[in-house]
Amino acid sequence: MLPTLVSGIILVFSPRKLNQLSMNSSDLLVFDSKGIYCPRAKVYLDPWKPVDRAIITHGHADHARFGHRNYLTHHSNIPIIRHRLGAINTQGIGWNEPIQINGVTFSLHPAGHIIGSSQVRVEYKGEVWVFTGDYKSEDDGVATPYESIRCNTMITECTFGLPAFKWKPQATVFGEINAWWQSNQQDGKTSVLFGYTLGKAQRILKYLDTSIGEIYTHGAVENMTEVLRPQLEMPPTKLITPNTSAKEIRGNIVVAPPSAHGSPWMRKFVPFETGTCSGWMAFRGARSRRATDKGFVLSDHCDWQGLLQSIKASDASRVICTHGYTDIFSRYLRELGYDASIENTDYEGEKEEIATPEPIPSA
Amino acid sequence: MKSFAELIEKLDATNKTNQKVAALAGYFAQASELDKLWTIAILSHRRPPRPVNTTLLRTYAAELAEIPLWLFEESYHIVGDLAESIALVVPNDEHTSDKSLSKILQELVQLKSKTDPEKKEYVQDMWMQLDYYSRFVFTKLLTGSFRIGISQKLMTKALSQVTSVPDDELAYRLMGNWSPGDTTFDELVFGRNEQAYVSKPYPFYLAYALENEVHELGDVSDWAVEHKWDGIRGQVIVRKKEIFIWSRGEELVTEKYPEIAQLANVLPEGTVLDGEILAFVENQVGLFNDLQTRIGRKNVSKAVLAKVPVIFKAYDLLEFAGKDIRNLSYQDRRELLEALVNDTSHPVLQLSEQKNFTSWEEVVAERELAREKRSEGLMLKKKSAPYQVGRKKGDWWKWKIDPLTIDAVLTYAMRGHGRRTNLFTDYTFGLWQRNEKGENELVTFAKAYSGLTDKEFAQVDNIIKRTTLERFGPVRSVEPTLVFELAFEGIAFSNRHKSGVAVRFPRILRWRKDKKIGDANTLDDLKALIPT
Repeated sequence: MLPTLVSGIILVFSPRKLNQLSMNSSDLLVFDSKGIYCPRAKVYLDPWKPVDRAIITHGHADHARFGHRNYLTHHSNIPIIRHRLGAINTQGIGWNEPIQINGVTFSLHPAGHIIGSSQVRVEYKGEVWVFTGDYKSEDDGVATPYESIRCNTMITECTFGLPAFKWKPQATVFGEINAWWQSNQQDGKTSVLFGYTLGKAQRILKYLDTSIGEIYTHGAVENMTEVLRPQLEMPPTKLITPNTSAKEIRGNIVVAPPSAHGSPWMRKFVPFETGTCSGWMAFRGARSRRATDKGFVLSDHCDWQGLLQSIKASDASRVICTHGYTDIFSRYLRELGYDASIENTDYEGEKEEIATPEPIPSA
Repeated sequence: MKSFAELIEKLDATNKTNQKVAALAGYFAQASELDKLWTIAILSHRRPPRPVNTTLLRTYAAELAEIPLWLFEESYHIVGDLAESIALVVPNDEHTSDKSLSKILQELVQLKSKTDPEKKEYVQDMWMQLDYYSRFVFTKLLTGSFRIGISQKLMTKALSQVTSVPDDELAYRLMGNWSPGDTTFDELVFGRNEQAYVSKPYPFYLAYALENEVHELGDVSDWAVEHKWDGIRGQVIVRKKEIFIWSRGEELVTEKYPEIAQLANVLPEGTVLDGEILAFVENQVGLFNDLQTRIGRKNVSKAVLAKVPVIFKAYDLLEFAGKDIRNLSYQDRRELLEALVNDTSHPVLQLSEQKNFTSWEEVVAERELAREKRSEGLMLKKKSAPYQVGRKKGDWWKWKIDPLTIDAVLTYAMRGHGRRTNLFTDYTFGLWQRNEKGENELVTFAKAYSGLTDKEFAQVDNIIKRTTLERFGPVRSVEPTLVFELAFEGIAFSNRHKSGVAVRFPRILRWRKDKKIGDANTLDDLKALIPT
């Protein structure tokens, strides 16, 4: 910022002010090298580098990271991040329970993404910002349903921000999954279904038709599911151990993380058919690239219409896109009249291009 | 249409040959005669001509989806397949159309001559009446390209299971100049249409690349050795005083090669020759690149005819005096061929020289002469073998010379297609050249999209995404950091290329992680490889 001449008076900003300006201090939330930051409250939202105080939207690894001094999150997310991050300093709050930090009001609201996932509402002197974290507008019967919040500025993900993404109702998809399981069983084959350990796996478990057969789990899925059983009603599962015989698994279904695909752990299930549950399965190329026999289009993110409707319902005039097809999505929002921009973050959404190494427990 | 779409979905969902054949056989067993006929036509690349151009299809789709055209284009770049993009954005998932495949294809044939508003109404209407997968298949039929990993061989196998007509016999019947409009399923498969046989070529016998050491083939005297010519494989048929020239891609190319068509008057009735269409400039076999000017044109001008004349280098005789002699031994066919070519004595019909060797060492030495003779290497054919159908191992081997290679720098990358959508797998390469200002710059000379493992592609993709300079739709220019060793089969000067050089079949041999971009070759190094 250069000195400006206004009616004969030279205004010179002090170095301190200059610094603040470069950080765009007029904004309630800014993006810095560590995360989404509220300078006024000195709090970070889903930071990707260690900070003093962090508000965490949900338990996925790109949002809930290791190393912060204090974690504030929804009650239902606490068992998850404790399980994943170990002994950390946590404080839980409920939905819609405002807390004040340095005069700024923060509250958490359901995001519908996975169990325990929140949006963060931030208000200061009547101005409201919402950070959605990851979210989906469809009620999946597992996560507390997404709640639309009115705001001035919405910081939204757009993982599937392309008109090519259009989800079917989940009842249809689970109908396909159960029919697939049944048909594999008739062919004398085991069904192996891949979905993320946290969120997708429990959503799958909830809707598998247990009249067809037994549900077996990979260790990573079993552990996370155990953590969530106190909060969620789910059918019984059997952990696959070295002692589990190949014969007893035959014809049943195995739920495993995507990283188990192609690993020696799978040998016991021969003959088997593989299925993958992901929004990316909408693309034929993605299906064959994953070398999965069957792709089920099932996502915990909004599809194109879901994103647009959520933004519209928020009444926000300014939209900041964080991860996904940000260039395309924000350009379209600008055409619709929004003040839309992009900020780079370390969030990944529903990973597709990068392989997701998830440790396979030896059990 | 629904059952055909389900068939395509099954074929697309598996890469196991048995499952594909089973899916096809199941479909053939229940489909109507007319649907079967059209299915065979589509799977053997006999689609109706494209009735609506793809630019129009894009606007129709964007309009139905209520999105701006640029947004449709962006989606298409990411999805990587036009029909799939359209199927995805059109907002409907109810299948209400009960039209059969054959009905739809007949409508597409008629659609071509309709007005644009009529086309638009028909296409949008169909899209709204089909569920996602049927819409995808329907749009594939509209756009033409139908790569679903079904070879003609698999289709023939499935059809053979259902009809009990042997594979090889079917392969023959399905060849040549037919379209669903002028035959029936019965006529085509059970062969009741004698007229169609006049132009019908035999399935080409295709060689595999030599796998083991050449001396492991046994006694050298059992093998006929000739050069592997670098032109267009073709079949010349003379029946009922007419001549037909077929390319190996089953394209009728008689009009493109009037020199060869003259043979109609000199070859005896009932002759089918297998051989190579070759450029023949100044009494010398030309390069494949010379033929380029002949390949694309249907009507050849006098100037082009004079500049790049062609010959037919014959290497086999499949029909003699109206009799199918494919079951005779190679040696016996060869004797008949030699006599025929000598009797014909026409400058356009030449014999591919067969050489006799007393040791494999001599064969090895002959292969070394390939570049000099302007061939791609050698063909080794078992003297006692019949002429087989399709690609079969054992009796014919191709033994190519090692490719030419050069180290080049990756300059542009494009998203791949199909399985490789979302990965940058199609690359453009440059070589160094000093410009007028005396600076070294990279000049584009080739594109290549094969030769790396999936793992390497993923790594390169990652680097491309991190080093992108500019984006042009699906293409990105990247900061030059990567060096690859490229291989190619042929090389020639060319006015059509910015670099002034055309290379044939460029592909990636390996990623030279050990080299910096300054270590890559120069354009002059490449030019030095051009034979004089």
